[in-house]
Amino acid sequence: EALVVNDPDFQHEDLNFLSRSQRYEQAIRKSSLMVMKLREYGIADPEEIYWFKSFVHRGRPEPLDLHLGMFLPTLLTQATPEQQDRFFMPAWNLEIIGTYAQTEMGHGTHLRGLETTATYDPATQEFILNSPTVTSIKWWPGGLGKTSNHAIVLAQLYTQGQCKGLHAFIVPIRQLGTHEPLPGITVGDIGPKFGYDEMDNGYLKMDNFRIPRENMLMKYAQVEPDGTYVKPLSDKLTYGTMVFIRSLIVGDSARSLSRACTIAIRYSAVRHQSELKPGEPEPQILDYQTQQYKLFPLLATAYAFHFVGAYIKDTYRRISGDISEGDLSELPELHALTAGLKAFTSWTANAGIEECRMACGGHGYSRCSGIPDIYVTFTPSCTYEGENTVMMLQTARFLVKSYTQVSSGQRVTGTVSYLNDLSRQRIQPQHVAARTVTVRINDPVSLVEAYKARASRLVEAAAKNLQAELNHRKSKEDAWNRTSVDLVRASEAHCHYVVVKLFAAKLPEISNAAVRAVMTELCLLYALYGISKNTGDFLQAGILTNAQITQVNQHVKELLAIIRPNAVALVDAFDFHDAHLGSVLGRYDGNVYENMFEWAKKSPLNKTEVHESFHKHLKPMQAKL
Amino acid sequence: RVNPDLASERQTASFSVEKLTAQLDGGAEHTRIRRAVVEAIECDPEFSRENQYFQSQNERYEAAVRKAVHLQKKMHEMGWTESGPEFKYIYRALSGDVAFLLHRIFMRSISVLGSDKQIAKWIPLATQFQLIGSYAQTELGHGTYLQGLETTAVFDITTQEFILNTPKISAMKWWPGDMGRSATHTVVFAQLYVHGKCYGVHPFIVQIRSLQDHSLCPGITAGDIGPKMNFEHVDNGYLMLQNVRVPRENMLNKFCEVQPDGTYVRRGSQKINYFTMTTVRISLIADEVIIPLMKACTIAIRYSVVRRQSKLKPGEQEAKILDYQTQQEKLLPPLAAAYAFHFINDYLQELFERGYREIQRKNFDTLPELHAFSSGFKAMVTQYCTSAVEICLRACGGHGYSLLSGLPSLYTKILASCIYEGENTILLLQTARFLVKCFMAASAGQSVPPSVTYLAAVKPGKCPAKNKSDFLIPDIYIEAYQHTAVRLISSTAAKLQDLIQSGVKKHDAWNQCTVQLVQAAKAHCHYITVKNFAETVEKLETKAGIQKIMKHLCDLFALHGIFSNTGVFLHDGYISGAQMDMVTASYLDLLAIIRKDAVPLVDAFDFTDKSLNSALGSYDGQVYQRLYEWAQKSPTNKQINPAYERYLKPLLHNTLSKL
Repeated sequence: EALVVNDPDFQHEDLNFLSRSQRYEQAIRKSSLMVMKLREYGIADPEEIYWFKSFVHRGRPEPLDLHLGMFLPTLLTQATPEQQDRFFMPAWNLEIIGTYAQTEMGHGTHLRGLETTATYDPATQEFILNSPTVTSIKWWPGGLGKTSNHAIVLAQLYTQGQCKGLHAFIVPIRQLGTHEPLPGITVGDIGPKFGYDEMDNGYLKMDNFRIPRENMLMKYAQVEPDGTYVKPLSDKLTYGTMVFIRSLIVGDSARSLSRACTIAIRYSAVRHQSELKPGEPEPQILDYQTQQYKLFPLLATAYAFHFVGAYIKDTYRRISGDISEGDLSELPELHALTAGLKAFTSWTANAGIEECRMACGGHGYSRCSGIPDIYVTFTPSCTYEGENTVMMLQTARFLVKSYTQVSSGQRVTGTVSYLNDLSRQRIQPQHVAARTVTVRINDPVSLVEAYKARASRLVEAAAKNLQAELNHRKSKEDAWNRTSVDLVRASEAHCHYVVVKLFAAKLPEISNAAVRAVMTELCLLYALYGISKNTGDFLQAGILTNAQITQVNQHVKELLAIIRPNAVALVDAFDFHDAHLGSVLGRYDGNVYENMFEWAKKSPLNKTEVHESFHKHLKPMQAKL
Repeated sequence: RVNPDLASERQTASFSVEKLTAQLDGGAEHTRIRRAVVEAIECDPEFSRENQYFQSQNERYEAAVRKAVHLQKKMHEMGWTESGPEFKYIYRALSGDVAFLLHRIFMRSISVLGSDKQIAKWIPLATQFQLIGSYAQTELGHGTYLQGLETTAVFDITTQEFILNTPKISAMKWWPGDMGRSATHTVVFAQLYVHGKCYGVHPFIVQIRSLQDHSLCPGITAGDIGPKMNFEHVDNGYLMLQNVRVPRENMLNKFCEVQPDGTYVRRGSQKINYFTMTTVRISLIADEVIIPLMKACTIAIRYSVVRRQSKLKPGEQEAKILDYQTQQEKLLPPLAAAYAFHFINDYLQELFERGYREIQRKNFDTLPELHAFSSGFKAMVTQYCTSAVEICLRACGGHGYSLLSGLPSLYTKILASCIYEGENTILLLQTARFLVKCFMAASAGQSVPPSVTYLAAVKPGKCPAKNKSDFLIPDIYIEAYQHTAVRLISSTAAKLQDLIQSGVKKHDAWNQCTVQLVQAAKAHCHYITVKNFAETVEKLETKAGIQKIMKHLCDLFALHGIFSNTGVFLHDGYISGAQMDMVTASYLDLLAIIRKDAVPLVDAFDFTDKSLNSALGSYDGQVYQRLYEWAQKSPTNKQINPAYERYLKPLLHNTLSKL
């Protein structure tokens, strides 16, 4: 971090004052520098590269993201040795800058719907690439608009008159040397977005564009010179990459929410407003119960998500070893779990960042607060790498499958093992009711049980509703669609349970007693706040009584007061450097107002004392009226 | 040519779209006038918003000033006046993209707070744009809590002037619109000091820029506060005052005056001031909050029948995404809310007109009720609509994030409404204070304002519904909402009493109950909205299918509210677990019913393509062509790529030897 923060080459004007083109240019400049510095310092470890990159770009996207994050890895995993010789070193040395062109204007999450075609011509041993309709134009890939000269394009493969499904092709798109688009290629930037100003998300249209047969990535599936298609072995392996990327999003949810909390909580300690007690000076707004109620549950959530992110990463590392040894048994569960957790954490963090911004009043709305920027950079993660609702339904599919297994007498393992209890309950109908009295609202372990009961009740309800629909209707798909609102709720409850469970499981591992005490308070707050926001589920299932709900609500408020003295310390512990935080309101030193004034003076509208609009419009009008 | 996927949606409408539009406008004649105004503005290229998404802050500001100036000419040409029937549609037609809105507040504050003499002096100047006004209340360190303002105005008896100062940095005026670059004058709110005694906050007219060359006046530091999430077209400003002197006559003195000898005189009732604040809150609901939600619904719902994704049935075409239950669950409740809030807005307007007539007759009795209403509904409606617009944005997948969809700017603009004209949490607490007071009065058998008489009728009891269709009876769900509102208000009031009786100081007790108080205030507003929706539906004409579809929307709005707040309805057992399952079943059934009319229901909002300014939401549904065409207009595609020559080229070639 210090390497970057102290390097004058990486300094620049406040991005809030720059136009989109200028921001893109700054990002490209820093990326170029970054690549050279990485080589200069000899940094090659992926983890270290990741950190270096995130400090250089302060957690923002940059035009080479797809080159480093998708183009190079795809070459490594899907190219033949011959193709690696041809493409990998030039790409490593950035003679080739690539991107990954999958999404089309009319097609996103549902990959089989993609329309781009690659037709094999055995006469010339080439593939002919086409974008047959407007909806088939590649749309959104990062770095495609202006930066890249190559792209890995996903297209429907046609050979010998048959469609063989989606395959990946290396397609040159711009002339090396002049950077002009090649004949048959139409490429450009898709225009301004909600954030991601520094990224040239692009479009790509291909008209009878020919590439040699050897440009199809052929480590798995192959097309032989005569056009014969050779099928790949297994496709479960691609799960691995998806799990990895989704685990990054969970980590990003934690980080983005932590940044927003840091800003809002520090500012709430600096801002004074109204009076709590007549005659006394205006109190810090963090002393108001309503303000604490907005911010502290989010703080607890940020910590919870940190632990979840770390858990997924560790699990992935552990399972990766198994995968390379050919053991894929744990992969389906991890795949299903990360889909749901990706959606659960990104939705929660997204809403949480907005809450933090609103908690900063009017000044939160100014770009100088830094929160608008955190929000627009983070919010697309609800959509990319799998739209959240679709992700929740994937998890639900796994939950229903596990439930069906349990119903037919099999046992399930892993995070869904609580479903095993459901079969026992059928024998002892009192089971759930008997549990009500056992929930102790001061004990994280007991609260985990409450969340477990809620999840199992909602999974069961969704599965039963699905079955009822199936009994009515012929089509499985229709029944699924008519139950999908219930299914999403079941997935959410399952993910919520997993988060509470991981948080509670973390507590005994903390050796420092004071840290453990404060983490226990946060864990309790997280769990109890979740109950108070979803009381209906707990009441309806008979997990908690009305009296207990009242106690939960009361205890949440007591915890707010308990956490209050540690609030600033808890965000300081996230250890964000001021430059990384990018916020005037969230400065470590708390000198908010004087620095807001300094910041505003640099606004583009203030460049001249009298704005040119005065001479152009105001003065002539006054003269006329 | 209309996209067939959209055209087919319009053929199956169960009601007359044109009739519903007229209903929303308050009569076919109003629809005609509105369309004429929109047409006149949209066909004038000076008002074009075509390049808006590509413009910088400087360009947006300049365009807004240009449009404001042009608007004066246009109004003159068209014969529109500020009191004419066309006026209220102008802002809608411009989509708010115009400068000098604060100039109007400047004029309004003088009209309300100024003496006849002051009005005679300043209003003609302002009307003629011989000066441009602003309204400087909020400070860097102080917002909603007015008594905390730190700017000072000290009366100097020898020169008969007030000396205005910004004593420290947190006292700098911050945020006022039109003040950063445009305004020549502003109304400054400052603590008045006479002979060393502080008399509280008062308004003063202060000139800040020269009328000749627009340079800053002596002692004035002013400028733009920098980029925000939206409102790039407005020059929100800062203002620092250093020994700025204004004549005694510049203090707005209808209600308070400092006489030449320094005697402070107060006259008349200041209550009317509060009424102004109250009316501003109500007036913003329609233009700044409900219309953006209607636009967002229009865009998201039209796009959701054009976009196809995955297959619902094997072997069929990919399905329209609006056919997915989860997509309906995202978009149809906001649609129902847009109608619910449209009707509650009508109700509030009427309430305020009645209140205004009373106040003109010097009867201030209704003021507390009006104040509580305006605070609570402003907070509830802005909060609900802000979340709903964001849901619409995220329901459009990746393309929702493109500025060309129109949704990001609708969202970033509407979300400011949760803060301005009173921060929502604080407003809800004001409503809660009123409710608790009324509840105590009602319990003691005293009379209370008509809107809260229900607080007196506390009865326990259970929801009588026996099957899922019972939850489509308005009386059943209205009762449930009423019961919940009463329970939340009474239990909070009781808690407050308990705390105070146990020796906790009043203000501490209040702070300890604020989370519950906010919840209670929301429940009250939600109840009134549901009740009003159901009553409005009753009165609608039964012809042309309008009443029927509105009844469905009313049911959906009510049941969605229960479905998403199950806990508060289950809490004391008013609704049982089994009944809650009926609510869910009824609610999900309604989604499928309203789905069929979703497109006609947004068509009835009657937005032109220009006013939506969205590549995804246009009437003809040619989404993809438009997205592609608009993207090509982006400046990033027109100019040569400066980053290539400067950075990419060396990266791609020369540097390789160094690596």
